[in-house]
Amino acid sequence: MSGPNKYQPTSAFGKWFHERLPIVGFAKDHMLDFPTPKNLNYWYTFGGILAVMLVVQIITGIVLVMHYTPQTDLAFNSVEHIMRDVNYGWLLRYMHMNGASMFFIAVYIHMFRGMYYGSYKAPREVLWMLGVIIYLVMMATAFMGYVLPWGQMSFWGAKVITNLFSAIPFVGDSVTTWLWGGYSVDNPTLNRFFSLHYLLPFVLAALVALHIWALHVPGNTNPTGINIKGPQDTVPFHPYYTMKDAFAIVVFFMFYALFVFYGPNYMGDAVNYVPANPLVTPAHIKPEWYYLPFYAILRSVPDKLLGVIAMFSSILILLALPWLDTSKVRSGNYRPIFKGFFVVFAIVCVALGFIGSKPPEGSYVIWGRILTAYYFIHFLVILPLLGLLETPNPLPASIADDVLAKKKPMMLAPAE
Amino acid sequence: MKKFATLLIAGMTLFGGAALAEEGATPAKGINYSFEGPFGTFDRAQLQRGYKVYKEVCSNCHSMKLLSFRNLADKGGPSFTVEQVKALAASFTIHDGPDTKGDMFDRPGLASDVFPSPYANPEAAAAANGAVPPDLTLITKAREGWHGTFNQLWNGIGGPQYVYSLLTGYAEPSAELEKEKPEGKYYNPYFQAGSWISMPPPLADGLVTFDDGAPNNVEDMAKDVTAFLAWTAEPKMEERKQTGFEVLIYLAVLAGLLYFVKKKTWANVSH
Repeated sequence: MSGPNKYQPTSAFGKWFHERLPIVGFAKDHMLDFPTPKNLNYWYTFGGILAVMLVVQIITGIVLVMHYTPQTDLAFNSVEHIMRDVNYGWLLRYMHMNGASMFFIAVYIHMFRGMYYGSYKAPREVLWMLGVIIYLVMMATAFMGYVLPWGQMSFWGAKVITNLFSAIPFVGDSVTTWLWGGYSVDNPTLNRFFSLHYLLPFVLAALVALHIWALHVPGNTNPTGINIKGPQDTVPFHPYYTMKDAFAIVVFFMFYALFVFYGPNYMGDAVNYVPANPLVTPAHIKPEWYYLPFYAILRSVPDKLLGVIAMFSSILILLALPWLDTSKVRSGNYRPIFKGFFVVFAIVCVALGFIGSKPPEGSYVIWGRILTAYYFIHFLVILPLLGLLETPNPLPASIADDVLAKKKPMMLAPAE
Repeated sequence: MKKFATLLIAGMTLFGGAALAEEGATPAKGINYSFEGPFGTFDRAQLQRGYKVYKEVCSNCHSMKLLSFRNLADKGGPSFTVEQVKALAASFTIHDGPDTKGDMFDRPGLASDVFPSPYANPEAAAAANGAVPPDLTLITKAREGWHGTFNQLWNGIGGPQYVYSLLTGYAEPSAELEKEKPEGKYYNPYFQAGSWISMPPPLADGLVTFDDGAPNNVEDMAKDVTAFLAWTAEPKMEERKQTGFEVLIYLAVLAGLLYFVKKKTWANVSH
């Protein structure tokens, strides 16, 4: 909402400064007064949680870098040096390591929330597409970060993933050599991954700024999916959503803390505590849990090149989602059939993750193929057809109406 | 959305159940240690006994490159006194140098030294043992006792149990298996890389005598030494759990306060 700036500085200096750089007014409009639908539920708090997690990752990361050495002979031991000799190094490292997993848990909830409430539909297509790009950059960042401790899975994970590029016809091998900076994953690879792992979070921060900008042009969606009709539908962001988000962030931090302090290695792979050894291949090479659905899709296609294409398509298809979903109704709440397909899709994604964690043999292969096919069918067949065939339930007249309608039965109850 | 969450959890539980029954090697013996659970701490006497087993048995072939003698006196560890650590370090010979004349020399160990490795390089270690004996500092974090998403969530990853099971799990192979026996290998169904291991059974009843007169059967020694190795892998575990408890209480109180602030803020808005 880039309307006229309502901010009126009171002090003489405030006025002088405001005329030259209206940053205080900008912050007030966008962080305090921003009109926000009053019916957002807790699924909408994950945007704020993600912003905080990015900050946590950047801060812990910057301090970790002060003690880490990006050199193949020293990297593994420098991480252990952080764990053993640096004051609270174990805390920083476990926060950073589990923070990546928490980041992905939050981003997946955020994405599924967007898919359920149709947050990608006009006029928010660019907002959604920026989100998909953020997700891609996050995946790249996390992948390179996982390589830095130079454990067995760091090395072999890097090898398998970078090898995917060798599937590109004609230039594949040259591209892989160029990526590696040599003829295998080695010191140059580690160095460039370190450099990029430090750079990309700041790219992410910039993308997040664009994402929020694109959000503040049309404003938030809400669980009813209908547009804001007037001031009776909204509350100012502060204090209403600052307080709600703060509560949600602290609850999320409790969940995060459970893993950092009581199961710090649960989400990781034990093999990564063995130093990288190019001569010994681990029994099961598998990526971190947050890539597993895509890893399953990759392995479900018998041809390497087509597998790589399928894997990248499974993410890039999200860019087309605003146009694949033909329904005029935003929110899944008013789409009885879509609801069912949404749940099935979510289960298929989790199931693909499970398949991705298994060796590619026997029934896992068959199931991987069926689920991969379903994943694409959901986007390419079900969503376009559903919008044309489904009869949505009637929408409420406004957000305020919907809130009042939901409050009525509550009044009969003895207490809140 | 609520229904969706329930279904998702149900789905995950189903897959988790399937994940319990999987993967080759025999799952580790589910023995219990004092350091498990959110309030578990190391048993000092057990760590000291474990150190003795490590020193007298394991250290003959295995390195411990990430541990310094001084760590043995650290808080949350075996709690040797500083004097004990100095004496203990001095009992090792450290190859150091070059001195001012450019010569290498041997000297008694200092508390600040890392544990010396038994072999000069991996090639020498492999030549003497048939395979490189892995470094033991992180061994209990680098191995899994069992598999399964939910199994590991409730029961831990089982690294110490894996090492315990390996140390106590040597057995006579069946006549069938005996035929496949590779030269110079021993049968151990717990070994993750396929039942035949290069390490001969390292422990025998009564092999190490403990100063505190604790029992020294193979099982007892295996449990003591794996507890010690769990500490070398995770020397800050006690500090971690203690801090975690404080952090969680702090966050819980903060969450409670914020909940009421949020409730009060929203009290006059129907939403």
